[in-house]
Amino acid sequence: MREQEAARGEAQGSGPSADPDAALLEGLRRGDEEAFRTLLEEYGPFLMRLALMHVPSASIAEEVVGDTWLAVLNGLDRFEGRSSLRTWIASIALNKARTRGTREGRILSFALLRRRYEEGGGPAVDPDRFQGRRGERPGWWASPPAAWEEPERQLEAAETRDVMLRAIRDLPPRQREVITMRDLLGWDAEEVCNALDLTETNQRVLLHRARSKVRTALEEHLKPDEATR
Amino acid sequence: MNRRTNNILTCREMVELVTDYVEGRLDERDRGRFEAHVTECDACTRYIEQMRITVRALGHIPPETISPEAERELLDAFRNWRARGADA
Repeated sequence: MREQEAARGEAQGSGPSADPDAALLEGLRRGDEEAFRTLLEEYGPFLMRLALMHVPSASIAEEVVGDTWLAVLNGLDRFEGRSSLRTWIASIALNKARTRGTREGRILSFALLRRRYEEGGGPAVDPDRFQGRRGERPGWWASPPAAWEEPERQLEAAETRDVMLRAIRDLPPRQREVITMRDLLGWDAEEVCNALDLTETNQRVLLHRARSKVRTALEEHLKPDEATR
Repeated sequence: MNRRTNNILTCREMVELVTDYVEGRLDERDRGRFEAHVTECDACTRYIEQMRITVRALGHIPPETISPEAERELLDAFRNWRARGADA
């Protein structure tokens, strides 16, 4: 541990590199196991989340995470620090997870279908919920969103989390990646654009589609009880 | 239809602009139009609030963890990698 703290200290004085992981990276290159453990701790949950976006089970996700670390270690010499360590590791993990996901049959294999699915995305809200041209106020709500019952309590419930995670799993892959990185992992827009090679606008469109669909899933789940439920 | 009503955003347009608004990407004029709609539409006010709640709730989903066995395997892999490096 002391060695690693010392390494962090050194890095602070070492000039232009703003990557907070620079010292750990140095440690890794020296073969310092403590640095590796720290990275595992720091990135373990994050990589699992990325992997689980594309593969169907935790055990496969762990394999993807393992493959990612091996690729990181073997690629250390080639990593030039042009992106942050985090972005670099994320891009490796995403590649592995996508490849594995395709093999496991999670992702639609028809390129065309996939592209339409990705780009089209559809409206944020079902168009039938707005008044038509002959309505009193065309384009205004016909069926407005229902109030949510006790969202504070409900949103903490495991059941509600499952609803959100299921909604995310049902998203087209790019939307799934963007919402996971932005909202579950807390990345900012710029980092996500770098890791996924998206323009800022594109990123925002994908995020919007994804959030809208998760809201709709929550609405279904949290709307007041009806007799049929 | 006069120009003013023509210029008012519909709810259907509103729901497509929420993320731009929340992320601060609307220019001044569009932000003004967005907020003007909100002041007179309770349903959209509720909708926007639900989008904010959604984002907050997503942020509270607990992290995934890697199993201790998988972590042990990774540490073994690391030691192997280091040993290979020492040989080379």
